[in-house]
Amino acid sequence: MRNAFADTLTQLAKEDERVVLLSGDIGNKLFDNFKKVDASRFYNCGVAEANMMGVAAGMALNGLRPVIYTITPFTTTRCFEQIRVDVCYHHAPVVIVGTGSGLSYAELGPTHHSLEDMAILRTLPGMCVLAPCDATELDLMLRAALQQDHPVYIRIGKKGEPAIHKEKPKLRIGEVLVVQEGTEVALLSAGILMPEVLKAAEILKDRGISAEVVSFHSIKPLDTAYLQQADSRFKLLVTIEEHSLIGGLGGAVAEWRSQYNAQIPHLSLGAPDQFMHEIGSQKYAQVKYGLEAEQIAERVLTAIPEMRARIVA
Amino acid sequence: MTMTTLQELQAHARKLRARIIKTSHQASIPHLGSCLSCVDILTALYFSVLRLDPAKPRDPDRDRMILSKGHGAPALFQVLARRGFYPESMLDTYGEDGGLFAEHPPTPEQLPGIEAATGSLGHGLPLGLGMALAARINKKDYNVYAVLSDGECNEGSVWEAAMMAAAQQVSKLCVIIDFNKWQATGRSCEVMALEPLADKWRAFGWNACEIDGHDIPALLDTLTTFPAANGKPTAIIAHTVKGKGVSFMEDDNNWHYRIPTATEVEAAERELETGT
Repeated sequence: MRNAFADTLTQLAKEDERVVLLSGDIGNKLFDNFKKVDASRFYNCGVAEANMMGVAAGMALNGLRPVIYTITPFTTTRCFEQIRVDVCYHHAPVVIVGTGSGLSYAELGPTHHSLEDMAILRTLPGMCVLAPCDATELDLMLRAALQQDHPVYIRIGKKGEPAIHKEKPKLRIGEVLVVQEGTEVALLSAGILMPEVLKAAEILKDRGISAEVVSFHSIKPLDTAYLQQADSRFKLLVTIEEHSLIGGLGGAVAEWRSQYNAQIPHLSLGAPDQFMHEIGSQKYAQVKYGLEAEQIAERVLTAIPEMRARIVA
Repeated sequence: MTMTTLQELQAHARKLRARIIKTSHQASIPHLGSCLSCVDILTALYFSVLRLDPAKPRDPDRDRMILSKGHGAPALFQVLARRGFYPESMLDTYGEDGGLFAEHPPTPEQLPGIEAATGSLGHGLPLGLGMALAARINKKDYNVYAVLSDGECNEGSVWEAAMMAAAQQVSKLCVIIDFNKWQATGRSCEVMALEPLADKWRAFGWNACEIDGHDIPALLDTLTTFPAANGKPTAIIAHTVKGKGVSFMEDDNNWHYRIPTATEVEAAERELETGT
């Protein structure tokens, strides 16, 4: 996904001379092509994220479209106050990209995990929070983000994520993309867990359950129109994310349920309220937190009585 | 500079001080000591140095000035009104619910003349650096000034920005430190190891000099040496007195938070020899 980011941004820098890339001492060689387009619009800001965020806001307030790129915790929690004050309070059109989000860097330990970024950034007025499921979504999202007049946060994976969209979808910020239609349960996925979610849908299909698979790439603004029609169409809403159960897509959907007095049951799958103290791969971490395809399918099957009955039968 | 001009600037500074003190009393606005220490710096900048037109506050070519010590906003609000960005009568609403004027600057969209909504310390210099880099990218000629407090230099983000500005050779960025020797609850050189402050900036790759921050001719002379030809950004350490201009407020840190009584306002006005 990070290669797609570099390629798309390089293309956008050619098309729009306001685009500036700020990197937090990361992406050695990744941005060589960007620098070839215009070296004066690439800044390695060093390991100084608070300053980087302020610099980006100062640029955005003076006609530029800065894009910030570094590892997710360092471009979110590390400099949250700069995002809040310099970017959001000033309504500065800065695009913040967090790479290796969720558990992508599981083996690097909790300092490099990001399981709270969507929760905290979602609270900021004017901030848009996005989580693409593959490189195609990221490409479209980045283009859309640079057309906005407000701040945008995009959390992405690392590299090697499989392509989900066979064709280029029509992506709009704030509108879900239905990846696979279904009739009984809706699997709402934010970000890079989509391959597991699709596999879970296959497993459910084998058990006779029709699951709709949705890329819920916009956590804010939330596609409430989709949720409202889903309220009557499905027996269960399942949110799935490499993020804390507190405050991410699951949290946003729970807020929607209470606000609209929705009746549909909601199963929220994500990381529990704990740090992962042992080391392990991303796969290990996903299994630990119950986010692998079989685990997702199992949780769905046991979530509502009617489906539990079906398992017994 | 003619003597008349200097007298005019000094008259502005006296009147500004009187209005700041009166407003602090009327609207119960604190940080009086911090406001009075930077009045001469702001006067020199806004009435002589900055290239700007109050009728065109968003002019792309204007010099940018950020009051990074946002708690000095009561001084800045008076300066901007006196400079003509908005009528002084607008300040009659000072402290009223639903108004714009309180303890910190609002966003640029809310009030002409404001470049950044500060108040949380350590934000102004990174923002200013971004503005200065934008000038370079956009091929603009404007200068960027940021007024910081000495206590604000506690913030790591100040030094992050200092390092990047030097690395990028952003010569059109000027920091002025209102070095009034106090922060909220103690001597700024005791709370953190602030000195040698000028040497710190030099070590970070900046031009640095120390002047009397209440000596307007000295301020103007120093500011004419900026931007420096050597490609480095400039830091001016302006030695100031907290509460400057009123004998019973000078160097007394109680005036970081204290609100003056009506009697104290009268006494201050007498000292400042104004008819406001």
